[in-house]
Amino acid sequence: MAEGIKDKVAVIGVGCTSFGELWDKGPEDLMVEAFTEALEDAGIDKKDIQAAWLGTCFDEVNVGKSAVSLATTLKLPFIPVSRVENFCATGTEAFRSACYAVASGACDITLALGAEKLKDTGYGGLPDFGAVMGTKNRLIWPNMTAPGQFAMMATKYFDKYGLDPEEGKATLAKISVKSHRNGAMNPKAHLRREITVDQVLKAPIVAWPLGLFDCCGVSDGAAAAIVARPDIAKKLRPDPVYVKALQISVSSGEEIMYSGTWDGAHVESTYRAGAKAYQEAGVKNPREEMSLLEVHDCFSITELTIYEDLQISPRGRAREDVEAGFYDLDGQVPCQPSGGLKCFGHPIGATGLRMIYEVYKQLQGKCGKRQIKNPRLGLTHNMGGFPSMNIVSVCILGN
Amino acid sequence: MVGIVSCGAYIPRYRLSRKTIAAAMGWFNPQVLPGEKAVANYDEDSITMAVAAGFECLKEISRKSIDAIYFASTTSPYRERQGSGIIAGALDLRPDLRAADLTDSVKAGTGALLAATDAVKAGEAGNVLVCAADCRLGKAGSLQEQIFGDGGAALLVGTEGVIASLEGSYSLSFDFPDHRRAEQDRFDRSWEDRWIRDEGYLKFMPMAARGLFGKYGLEAGDFAKAVLACPYGREHASIGKQIGFPPEKVQDNMITSVGDTGAAYPLMVLMAALEDAKPGDRILLVSYGNGCDALCFRVTEEIGRVRNKKGIKGCLSVRKDLNSYQKYLAFRNMIPMEVGVRGEEITFTQLSTLWRERKTVLALGGVRCKNCGTPQYPRQRVCVNPECGAVDQMEDYSFADKKGRLFTYTGDNLAFSISPPAIYGIVDFDGGGRYMFDLIDCELADLKVGMAVEMSFRRKYADQGRGIIGYFWKAVPTEGVI
Repeated sequence: MAEGIKDKVAVIGVGCTSFGELWDKGPEDLMVEAFTEALEDAGIDKKDIQAAWLGTCFDEVNVGKSAVSLATTLKLPFIPVSRVENFCATGTEAFRSACYAVASGACDITLALGAEKLKDTGYGGLPDFGAVMGTKNRLIWPNMTAPGQFAMMATKYFDKYGLDPEEGKATLAKISVKSHRNGAMNPKAHLRREITVDQVLKAPIVAWPLGLFDCCGVSDGAAAAIVARPDIAKKLRPDPVYVKALQISVSSGEEIMYSGTWDGAHVESTYRAGAKAYQEAGVKNPREEMSLLEVHDCFSITELTIYEDLQISPRGRAREDVEAGFYDLDGQVPCQPSGGLKCFGHPIGATGLRMIYEVYKQLQGKCGKRQIKNPRLGLTHNMGGFPSMNIVSVCILGN
Repeated sequence: MVGIVSCGAYIPRYRLSRKTIAAAMGWFNPQVLPGEKAVANYDEDSITMAVAAGFECLKEISRKSIDAIYFASTTSPYRERQGSGIIAGALDLRPDLRAADLTDSVKAGTGALLAATDAVKAGEAGNVLVCAADCRLGKAGSLQEQIFGDGGAALLVGTEGVIASLEGSYSLSFDFPDHRRAEQDRFDRSWEDRWIRDEGYLKFMPMAARGLFGKYGLEAGDFAKAVLACPYGREHASIGKQIGFPPEKVQDNMITSVGDTGAAYPLMVLMAALEDAKPGDRILLVSYGNGCDALCFRVTEEIGRVRNKKGIKGCLSVRKDLNSYQKYLAFRNMIPMEVGVRGEEITFTQLSTLWRERKTVLALGGVRCKNCGTPQYPRQRVCVNPECGAVDQMEDYSFADKKGRLFTYTGDNLAFSISPPAIYGIVDFDGGGRYMFDLIDCELADLKVGMAVEMSFRRKYADQGRGIIGYFWKAVPTEGVI
């Protein structure tokens, strides 16, 4: 394995807007808000930033293609700015670019900013996929949505582990209840009400077997991170957060086209990206060593399988940990201390950076009522695509 | 000997009881016909039903042996874009093919059959596939709405393995304007029903039968069965009687089970007759529509092969009540439905892409790796088997005729569907290969992981604004859960 970027990049400032149905704000407003907070947090001037990356996914209901919107909105002074996109893992993709620029020595200080304006479509859920997957796939793919794609993993998980839908849904409900409990304490979250298992189970079905509360919200938002060389970071602040690992894994087509390997009840890329990240960070026993997780809980079933794919829970046994409160805020490995996508919603380009925002603040001990005791290593998991065809980024941060 | 070598029928799964129509529309039109009619699902049209019938007809027959295809319909979805061409693409027929659409009269079904036998007799073609299907619309509350049913029939005409030879024919053609649809008409317009029955059916059909008898020196007693494409119960019996057939020798007109399926109608009733026929039987077929075609068939010793097929009986046994008249109206696009912004959004279909990918899209053609034997869909150049990865070692492999198992599934209420939820899943094909497909002709509650499915050619989307209908294959769960 390559040497990796462990401890070669430090996060020195982060920003995050409130997430929600921000009818009166455009993506430019969101960019300015996230950037302003990050810049203040880092304590630097705009001119200190040497390069920037913008993460946005659905350009047709957002700021369009290219990075021009970021540069002109923030009035970045003729520095290199690029737009990156990798489905729902776009935010981490922007962060990865910013980190690689610093780790390579090409830049001293860089910016990653993700913004998405989802609520300008005229309907609920993510924008229709249309040609997002390419015009050829439009001819043959079912007219499907994200809830449906992930629901198919729930169907398969229940079948594989012999859970009848009622049992399976009851476990999934506890995951959502836990995230709402955390999100209710987060002033930036979109959905800030606690919910009960009963409410989850009685909610309307979005895509069988997933109901409304098994699905994350749909919202607008932006988040940003400023990264720097560690030696610079130390001069700027006493508590920079270090990138311990940053890995990405993309499906090879095997899951959806080859019937010989994938079981449909997990996400292979999550397992692969997680394993590589642990190796890069030097984590031997994730269940014991990780202090907190901020994962891509676009749906409750996604979070359940992530527990197993990230090797925190044994295969097929994440249920036991859910039932035992292992991932609760006061559990052994709290997951979604922020409230997760469940409560923040998922403005695509922003999500990965919004996760980094939470882990950074937790590691600095600034999360108030949601603060986890003495966290050492936090992980973000950002996923784009579907269980059968996807992109997964795993980032480990530590102090 | 020239005649019918094979046949395939298709009756859509949904049946609409005429009582359901009456319950909704009886206040407006109290006349109620007995029985039920077959109704195409929302993603079916005359092209998809013709493909389904053709697919059944060509089972165990080499697609390479087909030299011509004729498609008969009065409801081909395109005014310009050949229906038989789409069907040939879906059935993966050879491109050096004579293809023609016969249309504008419900007599087109027998017209196509006669054209096919002529071509074979002339030695211009060895095997001609005749596909007929119709999906006609009567206006809400009309008699036609009750009479018209949806369905398809396919007959293979050739010289080898003939199950029923065509001994002769007699045709009548009149500009009898009983039914019409002008350029922009979606719905049938017709003259007074009594006139249609008395001056049309009751006169032309006996005239055609007698013409045939006279031409070949035959009489009713020479026939085992009369197939009379008349959807009116009383007139149907009366025509049989007029030309000398006792009621038991007149084939049931399927009006109470399927309805008048237009161009496919005479061929479907003929197929039903063939299913009960014995070697040596002579069958009289009389179609109707701006005149009549009368055909005389002689059943051969090969007739037993018909019973190995699903046939009309098999199709009739697969049925599901469409117990909502409103749903019927929505399926046929007869009422403006609130489809929402998501339903309105349709990406432009790049027709150059469609053409390039025609094997993949129309024929559900994939590839198999010659190096490791892995079937894969859609077509790949680099083998998807992680242990192989061979480049450009692929041979053509069809998935259209492969059965599969449901790997997983969902019923999606968020995705737009005119019949929510949108049900789709991942299919593992027997013999290898996996992909995701829409599931159709099923209820969510009946699905199970591991269930057997087969593939069916359907409308995937209709881009009304640009006049494009996207066709593709969907998975249909079959009986029996494994």
